[in-house]
Amino acid sequence: MEQIIVNGLYLGAQYALIALGLTLIFSLMNVLNFAHGQMYVLGGFVTYTFVAQFGLPFIVGLFASAIVLAVVGAVIEKFLFAPVIRKSKREESTMLLAAGIAFFLDAMILLLFGEKQRGVPKIVNGVLNWDFRIIMPYDRILIGVLAIAMIVGFILFMQYTKAGRAMRALAQDRVAAELMGVDVARYSMLGFALGAMLAGLVGGLLVTITGINLGMGGPTSIKAFMMIMIGGAGVISGAIAGGFILGMMESIGLTVLAAYGDITYLVIFASLMVFLAFRPQGLMGKPWG
Amino acid sequence: MNTKKAIGVGAFLIAVFVIVPWLIAVSGRWDFYYTLTSVALLSIASAGVWLTFYIGRINIGQGAYALAGGYVSAILMTKVGFSFWATLPLAGLFCAGLSVLIGLPILRLRGVYFAMVTLVLTEVGRLSALALPVTNGAKGITSIPLPGEVSVFGLTMIPDFATLENPKLAFYLVAVLLMVICFAALYRIVNSRLGHLCRSLQQNEELSASIGVNTAYLRILAYSISSFFGGIAGAMFVAISQSIYPSSFQVADSVNFMLNCFLGGLGYVFGPMLGTLLLYFGWDLLFTTGRFQLLIYSSLLITLMLFLPNGILSLFDRKGGRK
Repeated sequence: MEQIIVNGLYLGAQYALIALGLTLIFSLMNVLNFAHGQMYVLGGFVTYTFVAQFGLPFIVGLFASAIVLAVVGAVIEKFLFAPVIRKSKREESTMLLAAGIAFFLDAMILLLFGEKQRGVPKIVNGVLNWDFRIIMPYDRILIGVLAIAMIVGFILFMQYTKAGRAMRALAQDRVAAELMGVDVARYSMLGFALGAMLAGLVGGLLVTITGINLGMGGPTSIKAFMMIMIGGAGVISGAIAGGFILGMMESIGLTVLAAYGDITYLVIFASLMVFLAFRPQGLMGKPWG
Repeated sequence: MNTKKAIGVGAFLIAVFVIVPWLIAVSGRWDFYYTLTSVALLSIASAGVWLTFYIGRINIGQGAYALAGGYVSAILMTKVGFSFWATLPLAGLFCAGLSVLIGLPILRLRGVYFAMVTLVLTEVGRLSALALPVTNGAKGITSIPLPGEVSVFGLTMIPDFATLENPKLAFYLVAVLLMVICFAALYRIVNSRLGHLCRSLQQNEELSASIGVNTAYLRILAYSISSFFGGIAGAMFVAISQSIYPSSFQVADSVNFMLNCFLGGLGYVFGPMLGTLLLYFGWDLLFTTGRFQLLIYSSLLITLMLFLPNGILSLFDRKGGRK
């Protein structure tokens, strides 16, 4: 029982971090970033390159992931999303663009890093064993704690800095924010960069444990979509709640439903459908997003 | 205007039924039949997605219905012994029924929420196909018989595909015929009272509900027609490939169906057909570029979106004026 909860918390912390980036981009630009999973994979590969290839310490790799992804996100927003949003008649057009970018990042990753599964050596050795009730490798604990610290850092950033306040204003009402003198174009770019950076950070964290490969992008995007559906799109607290709930469900499901075969995700999907029938906007979302 | 339209339709029919087979026979590129058949079938599924766009919903779940249709057809043929021609409408009807059940809760969602739920639905389809006992799990259902003979009063209407010397041509003709029927039906729907009502949903759902349009019923109707298209496209695919696996239609396919519609243009009935043709052929032509295939393909998609965000057919759109 304790083991299930700890596993759930560990998974949930990472999931919440992925969902935060996605929900930030969604709330600022009303764009569903299909390429989020690919950004996560890219972040993992950047960390891998710095740590395993160049032999630099893990923390340098993590910073490199954050910087590279932030630049990628800013460039994508500035040169691709902003012009298309300006020109298109229907806002759904951005979804095609996002899907195109997802393909593009997949292609880039394939050309730059190849299709092999990559990983970096463990950063901390040893396993925590508390009376055989909780067994958890130290590196997982470290990653979980780092993820939670980043979530807290992100919330503080959004709550107490000028940029965070501007982005929250932008999410609430774009026109009103612009009238109050918020530089909409600049903060949209910053928000996109921040969202992409979060995806890259999670990739960098997880490459130490699960490794990374090209095929992980799509499924990660789908999981992230589920989390923000559970919590409500465009709401930060919702993304965190969704991440932890999905992590818990996965952890419980893998233990309880293991006897019936590989049906954990089927059950989670089915219950999500039922949940959405009663509460279409998710736990904390605004109606109709 | 009407004669112009009739000429256009006639030219299109002659092109697909006479000129294309003739060109292929002359050039000897028999492999094009398979490509064109796939385009025809994928454009049927995309037409379904287009119809859900028409009521203002982004549908990324067509893969699930194509998969369901394929499995229904495959199971009916291999386990019950139905003829393929009977399973084709049954697969469509099964998907339509299924979509009513699924649509009742999820069609209350809008915008990005609906898009995300349908995307998840595709994944549910794949996982169900893996988990259900009747679908034979990851091994899939293979060696499905080719479509058999159909005869009315002893007169052969459709010959047995197994005895044909060129089943590729037969499949091509059937697929194109299906496509023509589906797009004719779609055109008829869009230019009818139902189509006007759907357009009102697309523009403002509350407003149309307030003037007495039964929005809940319309949504379900449009969605079930859309799923019907997905189902028959899936069933036809099974007949051609003679096999089906849980990975036959997956998230990438669902996304492609949506891209086809976007690319052709959401305001045009024949948009999905053009979009499918371009995307599928574009992908095939880029095959020669080897490992840069995906890179070039996606760059082209992004460039296209940058310069023509409202679809290719918007080039011919003179009325609205380009922004």
